[in-house]
Amino acid sequence: MNLKPWITVAVAGFAGMAFAQDSSTLSIEGDAFVTETAAPAHMENVDTIYSGWRFRSSETQALETDDFDNPAFVFVDQGIDLFDKVEGTENKACSSCHEDVEDFAGLRTQLPRVDDGELVTMENLVNECRTERMGAEPWKYSGGQMTAVTALIGLQSRGMPMDVAVDGDAAPFWEQGKELYYTRVGQLDMSCSNCHEDNYGVMIRADHLSQGQINGFPTYRLKNAKLNSIHGRFKGCMKNIRATPFKEGGAEFKALELYLASRGQGLSVETPSVRN
Amino acid sequence: MKYAFGLTAAAALFASTVVAEEVKPTTVSFVDGTIAESLTGQTGDPVEGRKVFANRKLGNCLACHTNADLSEESFHGEVGPPMDGVGDRWLEAELRGIVTNSKMMFEGTIMPAFYIDEGYTRPLDDFAGKSILTAQQVEDVVAYLMTLKEQ
Ligand code: HEC
Ligand code: HEC
Repeated sequence: MNLKPWITVAVAGFAGMAFAQDSSTLSIEGDAFVTETAAPAHMENVDTIYSGWRFRSSETQALETDDFDNPAFVFVDQGIDLFDKVEGTENKACSSCHEDVEDFAGLRTQLPRVDDGELVTMENLVNECRTERMGAEPWKYSGGQMTAVTALIGLQSRGMPMDVAVDGDAAPFWEQGKELYYTRVGQLDMSCSNCHEDNYGVMIRADHLSQGQINGFPTYRLKNAKLNSIHGRFKGCMKNIRATPFKEGGAEFKALELYLASRGQGLSVETPSVRN
Repeated sequence: MKYAFGLTAAAALFASTVVAEEVKPTTVSFVDGTIAESLTGQTGDPVEGRKVFANRKLGNCLACHTNADLSEESFHGEVGPPMDGVGDRWLEAELRGIVTNSKMMFEGTIMPAFYIDEGYTRPLDDFAGKSILTAQQVEDVVAYLMTLKEQ
């Protein structure tokens, strides 16, 4: 260690101005959203958590405040059609069993969760209905049909606080997720925490680093003009640091999803959010 | 034909001499985070180094460091300290150490090691067993950093 004193000063200076984003409040269709709240007790290095919405430009932010402007709603509409579409050997649609999609209110806030000893995501639950109850083919984990339907289901919880269980059965998965969050990977040898915990609020070239929260997923990204799944985003971040991504829908990303969801406890679900 | 053969032989000889002198990522020797000798045995080219510094596929140093000398580039990151005057603040041997493997100088830093080819995990296949920069590119960047003096 050979840290010259002036670096400490410069770095401290950076940390000081690390929080440059404005304190605008998000309201969607007239309802107020929690985009900033006290960090849950398990987070040792962060006092306040912020939605990714807070780090976006005012133009991008505006797109999320009105459902007519939010480009994700084109896909939510596709989700509604898919929800009613009869498929598979049982001649059923999702709506054959789930008459009112609004009954899913609250579900997004509690996922992923442990069912019979296994950690399950919303994508797992959807595919389980398709294969077990409809006799239909599973959808591709981050494919267009899946993200359209997970956006529709997630939307039913919009405005509700994230509230995943992290103890009991969930504890070992949560520990695994935490371990992954802090492990450096790739040729660039970085961890999620290097960017989203140590450096949120600062620019990394053209990008304003957020805390990497998942309360807005699936997210419509202006960059690729479609809905993006949680695991798709993890994959993208890993490739950026030149790491071989874990498998979408695999044990590692599910554990990481649980851990990240728990870092966002109390933030409002924003599904489907708009990011760049 | 003979002439052409002679040329090839000369080029091959030249190439092998350069390779022989080049310090491999695994044989770099650090003293307190610094590296005294050039990795190529030669002084780098600051003009090339400036390009490596900005290029997203090479150094992409601008992802994390602002640098007034590259004001034509629109996006400068703020993760690390500004590069202005870095050539006054550090000696060449220190800069070579920082660019080669900054973790030898700054414990636990986010800054990637640009000249290591092992010791990281789960690299994408295309990058496995490779360093981000070549010895030549490291020397070019170091030569460029040495030109960043406060006016
Ligand atoms: C080299 C820096 C870097 C690393 C390392 C990194 N990310 Fe990201 N991540 C970004 C950038 C840049 C963005 C886009 C801007 C933003 O929201 O921060 C982003 C966005 C995200 C988002 C979307 C946030 C939103 O509001 O939509 C999530 C989730 C995320 N990252 C998770 C992760 C996870 C999990 C890891 C580790 C596997 C990781 N990131 C590693 C740079 C990084
Ligand atoms: C992902 C971020 C990141 C990238 C990419 C990066 N650096 Fe750094 N760099 C840092 C940080 C952070 C520090 C401060 C050391 C510390 O405390 O971690 C630093 C410190 C330095 C210093 C010492 C600066 C001073 O004034 O003390 C030099 C010189 C430097 N970097 C050069 C480079 C060069 C050249 C490149 C590209 C070949 C590069 N960096 C790429 C993050 C980065």
